[in-house]
Amino acid sequence: MLSNDTYMELLIFLILFPLLMAGLLTLIQGENFRRAAVISGAVLVGIASLITLADSITTQAVYHSVPVDMIGILIFIGDILISGYIIFVSLKARQYLVTSITTLQLILLCAVEYLALADHAHIPELFSDELSGIMAAIIGVIGGLICVYALGYMREYHAEHPDRPDKRPRFFGIMFLFLSAMFGVVFSNNLLWLFFFWEITTLCSFLLIRYPETDEAVKNAFRALLFNLVGGACIPVAFLVIFLGQGSQYIGLHELVTAGPGIALIPAGLIAIAGLAKSAQFPFSSWLVGAMVAPTPVSALLHSSTMVKAGVYIIARFAPVFEGQIVGILIALIGGITFLAASAIAISQSNAKKVLAYSTIANLGLIVACCGVGTAEALWAAILLIVFHAIAKSLLFLSVGTVEHQIHSRDIEDMNGLVTKMPRITMMILIGIAGMFLAPFGMLISKWASLHAFVESVPPYGILLVIIIAYGSGITAFFWAKWMGKLIAVGEPQTKDESHIPRSEKNILYILSALTIGVCFGFPIISWYLIEPWLLTMYQSVTDLISLSNIEIMFMMLFLVLIMPFSLARFTHSARRVPRYLCGIPEGRSTAFMGSCGINREIALSNYYLERIFGEERLSRISVGMGIFLIVLLLNILIIGGGL
Amino acid sequence: MDPFIAAALFIILAPVVGILITGLDRILTARMQGRVGPPVLQPWYDIRKLFQKKQVAVWGAQSFFIFCYLIFIIFTGALFFAGGDILLVIFAFTLGHVFLVLGAYVSYSPYAHIGAERELIQLMAVEPMIIIAAIGLYQVNGSFLIGDMANHPGLPILLLPGVFLGFIYILTFKLRKSPFDLATSHHAHQELVKGSTTEFSGWTLAMVELAHIYELVVMLGFIWLFFGDNLILCVAAIAIIMILEILVDNCTSRVRWQDAMTSAWFVTLVAGAGNIFALSIM
Repeated sequence: MLSNDTYMELLIFLILFPLLMAGLLTLIQGENFRRAAVISGAVLVGIASLITLADSITTQAVYHSVPVDMIGILIFIGDILISGYIIFVSLKARQYLVTSITTLQLILLCAVEYLALADHAHIPELFSDELSGIMAAIIGVIGGLICVYALGYMREYHAEHPDRPDKRPRFFGIMFLFLSAMFGVVFSNNLLWLFFFWEITTLCSFLLIRYPETDEAVKNAFRALLFNLVGGACIPVAFLVIFLGQGSQYIGLHELVTAGPGIALIPAGLIAIAGLAKSAQFPFSSWLVGAMVAPTPVSALLHSSTMVKAGVYIIARFAPVFEGQIVGILIALIGGITFLAASAIAISQSNAKKVLAYSTIANLGLIVACCGVGTAEALWAAILLIVFHAIAKSLLFLSVGTVEHQIHSRDIEDMNGLVTKMPRITMMILIGIAGMFLAPFGMLISKWASLHAFVESVPPYGILLVIIIAYGSGITAFFWAKWMGKLIAVGEPQTKDESHIPRSEKNILYILSALTIGVCFGFPIISWYLIEPWLLTMYQSVTDLISLSNIEIMFMMLFLVLIMPFSLARFTHSARRVPRYLCGIPEGRSTAFMGSCGINREIALSNYYLERIFGEERLSRISVGMGIFLIVLLLNILIIGGGL
Repeated sequence: MDPFIAAALFIILAPVVGILITGLDRILTARMQGRVGPPVLQPWYDIRKLFQKKQVAVWGAQSFFIFCYLIFIIFTGALFFAGGDILLVIFAFTLGHVFLVLGAYVSYSPYAHIGAERELIQLMAVEPMIIIAAIGLYQVNGSFLIGDMANHPGLPILLLPGVFLGFIYILTFKLRKSPFDLATSHHAHQELVKGSTTEFSGWTLAMVELAHIYELVVMLGFIWLFFGDNLILCVAAIAIIMILEILVDNCTSRVRWQDAMTSAWFVTLVAGAGNIFALSIM
């Protein structure tokens, strides 16, 4: 399709254009002007990212050296500026731990640059292949949709919280800067570049989380910063290992991965630790849960298309290196434990955003487990999980945000009978939830594929992961299904009222719901044209995980599930309505009854949260402990491996 | 056998087999309690009668969800006997059950609500063991296809004793028998009235009963996989297991959900997970 040069210009456009938009949006004060800018910017970014995706199908992977040497120095200056800014704010807020880690990171980076000056091989700085294309489409399309959604949401947000400072120009600026940095992460071949963009995403998430400027928000923002910096500090160490041990040509991502585990394992393991922190695996997970104090579009952005996806992206890149290695097995175990523990904690939560946060952590855990195992089959499942999760989770976050503005609560218990009050929004939440755990929708396909992949790989650890998934999938079904039940359980019908919802919000939700169903139908196409060719170049051979006949059966189920609702109307009129059985004399309202001693009682039903068994505090403590143990073990192995 | 014929045979014959088994179950139960018991076709008479009853409901949507439940249980069974992928069968099974749970939730009735919650706890309790059983069968057969598993010449149970025991344990949940009949029960002396099915009547309840019967046949089909192509042994095993289940049903009382869930998970871990882990080391 496009020539290589035009293609490269497209990549550079995707990195620089959102950056330009970010600058522009920071300056724009007028609301109408901002609306126009955000919408047109998002549309352009979305289209450009889709062209990149289409192009990655038709062309081979493209590598590109940026001819200007200056940029390398500019990026180093950028690194220093970021670190300087973090040191400044952390000193001001007396977060000395953050200061010291940033300083340490800066010193390490200076050492790396010093080595790089003495000896630098010429490697392509930018590249794009099928995986970059998929990631770019997720960032561009989902990220763009979230930015547009934020327009209406933030207006309502500030109407609802007049006490909080209205810094919307900066807010939208940071959102676009985030997108720019994410494009940078997925298109960088030079790891020094990748690290620069990586740090920008850390900084952006810090700024977005502290947006409400409440004490809690600032505290959680610093926690997010701290955890990501601790992880991020491993990356310069990996660079040092590369420059001192292996030679500067391996500073290229592609060069490093293709060099094989003998050379790449230690740097890859170190960078993967940064990925674990960024994708909120235990023991780092609490930053992502804390991040929900931010406005909902921020949560949606962090959870679906950016930030955490950068973490799993980098681990997925190194997955071929981890295949069959003890380092990979440890990473997979961290992912597996995170999947199980985070799903279990989600049972005990009634705050909708917290349930979503824990389910994100759980799903990322599954992705990390797949990448750690590192076989072609496992990686296939991981990439599909990234796609499905990005779409379904953004849909869920945004619809919960919409519901929150209407009912002024994000508690699942308050969503009782929501189906009569907001039938359309409820329908979309149901689609999102179904997408998260039910056959034949998205995530389940990947869970199935990962079971297939684990059962044969790295015995006996593969079976350990299978057992973890077996338990996890029952747990997942429990907390999603009881939420679904809450939405559709109707006591007294409420009057339908969806008119206050801004049109832009509704439209975005429609698009995301359509996408959620669309990828369920389209996943074989994604697999055939994008994932399998990519795996073929990485592994030289790919076996079909899900056979054609099974795909046909999945489609049959999908059609069944989708046509069923059309029969709903027939059923609703076929029965004579009677009051529910209340073991007492029914009163005027169908939710009240006359109990013993003639007392009138209203019924109130609440879900099970099984606090005793799945309490957040208890389970987090256990799993953080296990996470720390495994991370330290991993570091030990990397250090000893480096010494040998 | 051609998969489509097998699926069609399941759809037609499963109710017959299921009704006969439940009828015998009721007679045996009655004998254990010192009664004579109903005729063997009583389950069929019950369902027929329910279909003729006038339809009443709290919300019409209840019947919709139960209809989906029935459809997907039949779909699951058809897929099973057509020799499909065992994991897909399990996931379709879960989907069916979620519809049952949603049907119970819709009415906002206290009894049905608690029934629904407990139905979910049961789902959560048995799911790990079912998946582990599927993985164990894969390890023995080298294929996820039920069609291949059914033709296994030897006795998979010899390699999967732990998995088999664990599976029998959770079978009690699936057959809704005491002590694990948390959500709804055949016995009319429970604290939850009829639990998750409290608000169902007429042909909605008939669909629930029919789905239970299909489900019974699918669960017994799982037992068959442990015996490969040794059909006689398989039938004998099923007979013994059913008699044991009925005996346990009659001489135990319902346990609390905490005990039900933790014990199921414990048995799954010790017997099931231990078994497949050992197989992967060997």
